[in-house]
Amino acid sequence: MNLRKYLKVYKKFLHTSLASELEYKSNILIDLITAILSLIGSIFLLSIFFQNNGYIGGWKFEQALIIQGIYTILNGITNTWFNPNLTEIVKHIREGTLDFVLLKPIDSQFFISLKKINPSGFLEIMLGFFLLLLCIRINQINLSLSFLTLSLITIICSICILYSLWFFISTTTIWFVKTWNAIEVLRSFLYIGRFPLNSFSFSLRVFFSIFIPIAFITTIPSEVFLGLSQLWKILLEVTVATIFLMTSRKFWLFALKFYSSASS
Amino acid sequence: MVQNIIDVRNLSKSFDISSKEPGLKGTIKHFFRRQTKSLKVIKDISFEIKEGEIVGFLGANGAGKTTILKMLCGLIYPSEGSIFVSGYLPFRRKENFLKTITLIMGQKQQLIWDLPPIESFYLNASIYDLDKFEAKKRIKKLSEMLEIDEELFIPVRKLSLGQRMKSELLAALIHEPHILFLDEPTLGLDINAQINLRKFLQKYNKETNATICLTSHYMKDITSLCKRVICVHEGEISYDGKLDLLLKKLSPVKEILIVCRSEEDAIKLENSGFTVKNKIKNEITIKIENNSITSSLKTILNNFDIEDLFINEPPIDEVIGKVLIKKDYEI
Repeated sequence: MNLRKYLKVYKKFLHTSLASELEYKSNILIDLITAILSLIGSIFLLSIFFQNNGYIGGWKFEQALIIQGIYTILNGITNTWFNPNLTEIVKHIREGTLDFVLLKPIDSQFFISLKKINPSGFLEIMLGFFLLLLCIRINQINLSLSFLTLSLITIICSICILYSLWFFISTTTIWFVKTWNAIEVLRSFLYIGRFPLNSFSFSLRVFFSIFIPIAFITTIPSEVFLGLSQLWKILLEVTVATIFLMTSRKFWLFALKFYSSASS
Repeated sequence: MVQNIIDVRNLSKSFDISSKEPGLKGTIKHFFRRQTKSLKVIKDISFEIKEGEIVGFLGANGAGKTTILKMLCGLIYPSEGSIFVSGYLPFRRKENFLKTITLIMGQKQQLIWDLPPIESFYLNASIYDLDKFEAKKRIKKLSEMLEIDEELFIPVRKLSLGQRMKSELLAALIHEPHILFLDEPTLGLDINAQINLRKFLQKYNKETNATICLTSHYMKDITSLCKRVICVHEGEISYDGKLDLLLKKLSPVKEILIVCRSEEDAIKLENSGFTVKNKIKNEITIKIENNSITSSLKTILNNFDIEDLFINEPPIDEVIGKVLIKKDYEI
C-alpha cells in the first residue's frame, strides 16, 4: 500500500467534505447546538440515577462521568466519520454507485469508510476530552506515561470495535439491501455504553460482553482511567479489537464477490 | 496487426431472482418463504474487440447489455467462461487494470453534488496518483475538448444535465484510460448536448486510439460512433458485425417517390415492371433493391419525363428494432 498516496487522498477527502459541509452553515450550527444539549441532557440523566443512591454497580457519580466522557468522544467519532460514511454504504449499494468506488485504483474499504466527515462531530470529541480532563481533576487521577498509553490504547481499541461492528452490519447490505434497522439497533445499544457494565444484571453483562461488546467499548477504558482495570482485560480488549477489525475486512472482501450492482 | 484488447469466451452469468405473487397473501408468503430461482441472464457468449474499435451493444431493456459491460469492467463476477481485458482478468480489479479503464453511466453520477466539478477532478487525480501539475494540464486539455470552462467552478447541483454529463466525462477521463465503457451516456440530454458528446467521443477515440464499448437506446449514438455492433437478445448475441451490413440486410430495399411531369408518364412507369407501392395522380412510389438502385434510377431518368424524385431511407430505429425483438432474425 502506497502510504503517501493514501495520505494525499485522505487530505483531499478532508478538504472536499469540509467544503461540502460548509455550504450549509445553518446545518452545522444546529448540529453544534444539538451536541452541547445532548451532553448536558446525558449528564443530567446520569445525575438523576445517582440522586438517591451514591453508587450504581460500585461506581460513584464522579467515576461514572468518565464513562460519559469516553462515550461522548466515541459518539463524536461516530458522528464525524462512521455516520456520514457507513450509512452511505447502504445508499451506494441500493443505488449502484458503489460501482464508481470499486473501479477506482484505491482500497474500497478505505474509500467508503473515510470519504466524508461531519465537522460538527469534532465539537463532541472536544467536549468529551474536556469532560475527561474534568474527571481527572475531580477523581484526582495521577497522570503518568503508562496511564496515558493504556488509556490511548483502550480508546483506540474501542473505536476499532465500534467501527467493525458498524461496518459489518453495513456490509450485509450486499445481500439484504436494506439494513437501516440493524444500524439503529446498534446505535441504541451504544446508548447503554453510557452506564457502568456492573449496573446491569449478570445475563445482560454477558450479552454486552460477548454478543454486542459494549462492555469493551466504554467500561474498560474507564476502568483504565480509574486504575481499576486488570492487565488481562486490556489484553482481551486489544485481542477483541484485532479480531473484529480483521473479520470485518475479510467479510467485506468476501461480500464483494456477491455484489451484483444495481440495474440501470 | 491490431491486437484484441477484449477477449470473451463462453461467458455466462446467472442471478438469483425472487418472485412474488400479487396481493397481501402473496406478500406474507414472500416475506416468510421467499422463492428464488436462478435466472441465466447471459448465455454462453463469445466475442473479441480490437484496440481502438468503437463497438455498440444493442438490445432491448433487460437484454443483458449492461451486465456484459459490468462484467467487462470487473464489477460483476461471471458465472462461467472467461474474460480478458487488456490482458487482465477484470474481476480481480488489479490497480494497473483499473488505471486503464473507465465506466461512465448516464443515469449515475460520481461528482460531489455540493461542490464545483473541479474539486471532484482533483480528488480523482489524487486517487490516480497524478501530481497537481499533471492534473491541471489534463483538466485544461479535456475541458477544451469538451468545451467547458466556467462550469468547472459552479456547484454540480446548479449545472444543467448536459454540463453535468460533460463534467462526469472529464472526471472519468482524467487518468487517460485506454478502454471506455459507456452505459447510455446521452440519456436525457438534449439534441445539441448529444451531438457535442458524440463529437467529443469521436475526437477522443481518434486522438488516443482508445477502445470504446457503448450501450445506448439512441440509434444516432450508435450510427454516428460505431462501425461495429453487437446485438444482444435475451442474453445471447444475435448479431456481431458491421453496422452498415446489418442495415443493408435488414432493409434491402429503398422507397423512391417519383414526381412525373404528367399522369400519363406515371401510368407508363407503373406498368414498366417496377414494384409499385402506391400511386397518386402524377406521384408514384416504387421499391428498388439496394444493389440495383443506380442502374434503376438511370433507366427511369432516361425513359420517363421526371420532374423530381426523393429517396426515402427507412427510419433506423424501426430497422434496428426488428433485431431487438426477434431472437433468430435471419441476418
